[in-house]
Amino acid sequence: MNLTVQDFGRPRHQHLGVPVSGVLDPTALRLANALVGNPGGTEALEIRMMGPTLEVEAGSVRVALTGTRAPLEVLGEETIALPAHQSVSLTRGQRFRVGALPDGATAILAVEGGFALPQIYGSRSTYGRAGIGGFQGRALAEGDAIPLRLEEAPSRGEVRLDDGYLDERGPFRVILGPQRDFFTEAAITTFLSNAYTVTREADRMGMRLDGPVLTHARGYNIVSDGIVTGAVQVPGNGLPIVLLADHQTTGGYPKLGAVISADIPRLGRLRPGDEIRFEEVTVEAAEAAIRAREAELRRLIDVMIPAGAWLDEAALYRENLISGIVRETDLAS
Amino acid sequence: MVTDTQEDPSDAIFLSAGDTALVIQYGETVDPEVNRRVRMLTAALAESAPEGIVDLVPTMRSLMIHYDPLVLSRARLVEVVRPLLEARPDLNQTTRRWRIPVCYEGECAPDLEAVAEATGLSPEEVVRQHCGVDQEVFMMGFLPGFPYLGLLPEIFDLPRRLEPRVKVPPRSISVAARQTTIYTVDSPGGWHLIGRTPVDFYNPARAEPILVAAGDRVRFEPVPLDEYHATRRAVEAGSYEIRCDQ
Repeated sequence: MNLTVQDFGRPRHQHLGVPVSGVLDPTALRLANALVGNPGGTEALEIRMMGPTLEVEAGSVRVALTGTRAPLEVLGEETIALPAHQSVSLTRGQRFRVGALPDGATAILAVEGGFALPQIYGSRSTYGRAGIGGFQGRALAEGDAIPLRLEEAPSRGEVRLDDGYLDERGPFRVILGPQRDFFTEAAITTFLSNAYTVTREADRMGMRLDGPVLTHARGYNIVSDGIVTGAVQVPGNGLPIVLLADHQTTGGYPKLGAVISADIPRLGRLRPGDEIRFEEVTVEAAEAAIRAREAELRRLIDVMIPAGAWLDEAALYRENLISGIVRETDLAS
Repeated sequence: MVTDTQEDPSDAIFLSAGDTALVIQYGETVDPEVNRRVRMLTAALAESAPEGIVDLVPTMRSLMIHYDPLVLSRARLVEVVRPLLEARPDLNQTTRRWRIPVCYEGECAPDLEAVAEATGLSPEEVVRQHCGVDQEVFMMGFLPGFPYLGLLPEIFDLPRRLEPRVKVPPRSISVAARQTTIYTVDSPGGWHLIGRTPVDFYNPARAEPILVAAGDRVRFEPVPLDEYHATRRAVEAGSYEIRCDQ
């Protein structure tokens, strides 16, 4: 299980050496929060690779799972599999889980009202390496009780939205630089015309890629400068590392380019074994792309459609049985 | 049309870091004068504070301007930055001068002997030279609250250790490449540990967790081991006041 509290991070404190952190998939966070009626940047649980089993300890909650097509399973005598990208209301004592993610590295589980946790430098995102933020500055573990801001989820109809964004394919668009001159022209051509594979050495700080080696033109050490999320840095061995949310704010390896902001959410969903290709674009094209992505997100949220409340049919059935027959759990409650 | 690299009369080069950051590069070496230019541009931009700027990260030789491309276009940002390249704000006005106790003895200074040998000076002389000047914070990076200070006398132009340590204790004072750095959390590290301070440069429980910022000055003051321990106890008890001249 790999579970942390994340929001959009703390981008205004990089000048103090504090990494931005935040969700690997900002699209999934926006959509999950829209489904549960939260402001878009409200903190949520970020799931990596394998989801948790959770028990509701408030009166009721409204949750939604996004970034994946894995089901949200409500546990009971029978397990009920509910689809992702739909808001779900649950009551005290109910247990639910998200299993292994079948289709991507990361997913978001949002809850209406978010978590009653302190902000550090304006964010509830977790930066585990320095014990900053989230739940006690660390990943969540079995037995942890995560405090919610709402004791009861407001009563209203549920909603769902389109998950087509998960099918986006194609190369990842990059802008070359700031150390483009540290690479030979042949290296740049190699980088832009070959497929690379995400290796197992991938975490919230970055992903090491495997593929054709990139030749440096002026050595592989620079006087440390700033780093953006999505930067492609190439150390001495010539193999690129794509930097993600927990990347250090400054560093000494040359950076050939950076993935554009519109493609960051899809980057965050890549898993070991996935293939990745790169395409060079201009700053203007990147700006058009992020505006288009923003417009698309607003449209998806605008056209959220009502979803039926899920029925715990097994519970209904049990409640209709004649008295005298009880479930084992009734005795415990 | 904004191109990737442009020569500018003031010798600054404009570079792209994706579509969410613009890099203004003044040089490619460790040079306090270059760093000063970076920090002047940082101060000038901080004061004009155009909407859409998210953070200003000065480093030794360049300023990274993080911005929101949905609010501010690259073209517009370049227009805003250009006239500020010539700005020469008075950096001393806003900086703070910290006076930081450091123990350079025994278990606090595991690499001091090695540094003395490498420089041909006595350990006492190494310490004297380290404490002898105010050091400027050139930049923050690598870890939360981790400062790069300098510039130290030439004798401190040392390469990193051949074998980095897997774990450097927090509050360790280390040197290499004529700079001082201070480890704020457990971390691997390849610089030479010549001292340890009882003061927290990073304390998540403090209202302001991170103590210093780029442009601050630090004067290290040597203290013996027993005073280091006594001060550390006071820091942990919350009764130590960190000395700062405004």
